[in-house]
Amino acid sequence: MTLFLEQTLNGVQLGLLLFLMAAGLTLIFGIMNFMNLAHGSLFMAGAYLATSLIAWTGSFAAGLALAVAATTVLGLALEQSVLKPFFGRHHLDQVLATFALILIANDAVRMIWGDSGLTIAVPAALAGHVTLFGEVSYPVYRCFIIALGLAVAAILYAVIQHTRVGMIVRAGASDRETASALGANVPLLFAAVFGFGAALAGLAGIVAAPILTVQSGMGDDILILALVLVVIGGIGSIRGAFVAALLVGLVDSLGRSYFPALLRVFLDPATASSISSALSAMLVYVLLALVLLLRPGGLLPVGGRA
Amino acid sequence: MNIRKPSARAIAGLALFAALLAAPLAAQLLDNAHLLTVATRMTVMAIAAVGLSLVLGLGGLVSLGHAAYLGVGAYAVGILAHHGHASGWMQLAVAMAACAGFSLVIGALSLRTRGVYFIMVTLAFAQMLYFVGVGLAPYGGDDGLTISSRSGFGPWLPLENPYVFHVVCVALLAGVAAAIHAIGRSPFGLVLMASASNERRVRAIGYQVYRYQLVAYVVSGMVCGLAGVLLANLNNFVSPSMMHWTRSAELVIMMILGGTATALGPLFGAAALIALEEFLSGQTHYWQAALGVLLLVAMRLARGGIDGLLAGGSHGR
Repeated sequence: MTLFLEQTLNGVQLGLLLFLMAAGLTLIFGIMNFMNLAHGSLFMAGAYLATSLIAWTGSFAAGLALAVAATTVLGLALEQSVLKPFFGRHHLDQVLATFALILIANDAVRMIWGDSGLTIAVPAALAGHVTLFGEVSYPVYRCFIIALGLAVAAILYAVIQHTRVGMIVRAGASDRETASALGANVPLLFAAVFGFGAALAGLAGIVAAPILTVQSGMGDDILILALVLVVIGGIGSIRGAFVAALLVGLVDSLGRSYFPALLRVFLDPATASSISSALSAMLVYVLLALVLLLRPGGLLPVGGRA
Repeated sequence: MNIRKPSARAIAGLALFAALLAAPLAAQLLDNAHLLTVATRMTVMAIAAVGLSLVLGLGGLVSLGHAAYLGVGAYAVGILAHHGHASGWMQLAVAMAACAGFSLVIGALSLRTRGVYFIMVTLAFAQMLYFVGVGLAPYGGDDGLTISSRSGFGPWLPLENPYVFHVVCVALLAGVAAAIHAIGRSPFGLVLMASASNERRVRAIGYQVYRYQLVAYVVSGMVCGLAGVLLANLNNFVSPSMMHWTRSAELVIMMILGGTATALGPLFGAAALIALEEFLSGQTHYWQAALGVLLLVAMRLARGGIDGLLAGGSHGR
């Protein structure tokens, strides 16, 4: 039972981290119809900037805030200078342009911060463990990630469902042309969506930094999981991304801990242990395949989309 | 192309084939074995890029996961060789069957989606195969698997000889390129191309577009699998990193660099990208960034790729 609770918490934590990535990404796809592979590079940029800014300010909170701001500025600068000419072009061109950015970003961080990986210490206020549900000793920092993820999700929900800006974003996600015909300022909306996506990706990178190694290319694999979330949730749907995030996080972490045991029921222990890690890595993608078979538009598609 | 007035593209294509065939000679004269390895790698990657061109060039479907089939083909060789099965025919048969199986399932699922979805889904399933490779502990996992000897095709085809191996690769490339060119001219290819420009209309005429696309996807997966078999033999090594999604992106770059319009495009692209990588990695530690900058500039300037430039820039998508 302790293992189950712990893995559930891990799954929720992983899911919420991925949600921070996917929330911006799903809007960039949905509203801008822009295939952005460089989102993982913003995740990496956030983490690297945080290593320097936390060291400079000497405070985790101040460093975090400054790094989020810096990543947002970086994202906006990229959008305005490099990416803008690729809006409205073929998706293939966008794939290549943003892939080129990944190549540049992965080498740029090595030029600035060096080849070896960096670490960020867990801040003293968030160090140690707490006992949850009377039996699980769980790191405080991971609780902080869960709380932060839930807070961001709640704020997003309130802004998107209940404000005028949110209304324009929702309109843009479900039908960009009509929204623009009705007077939405599309270039401004694009910049806002991209900057907002950059801020959240940077935030994800910063809070993930103390539990990962900060290294070149760290955003490349997490990008793929964020894309899976976007597809499962439905493009343009933040609610969908949230549900998908929890699903993917739980399937991944519970799958990795229980699937090997399940395999041993059917196979002899030696075979089971040798293939279990290969097979448990597939579970998230099996979930994706199921969603594509049953609901090709995603779990919670935005209205007006097939 | 017609015989009376050979196009710049046909001449460049023939010149490239001639250069690939002359590579063993050049390697011998310059006493530079690395040159031959690079030429063989260009040839093998060109086969994979030609395979991808069936889906991406003719079908207009942006698959960002084709390196996975390269990996499946390579792992078929590696795993069989690991268990002592060195027969090349057997390895080839297993590789083709495995690639057909994987591409059938992944294609059947991915082709239910379009546009950005299709890109993401092909990317995701390819990454799944990458993680499966990482998890394959009995076969080296993350570290990969060394292959002790090249595939055996009998005494009359000694692949251990790098010159023989290179010529076999060039012959296979010629065969695959000719086949893809023929498919492009066939009724099948026409339906595929038409569905790329207006799928709804093609469906209204009565074609089952999905089936055409699925067949194209499976064939292209198998061609990439063939390239994987060759790549495993070239390197005597397989590892999950050859399936990583950035590898798939490189394949797409080869396609685009060469232009998506004809069967020759991918050949130019593969040769150009590998030559560029060889050159840049000799110049700077940060050659990937240099490649990225060049790629960005190329994307802004030439929209039809090298192939489009040779054809007079008239090949838009």
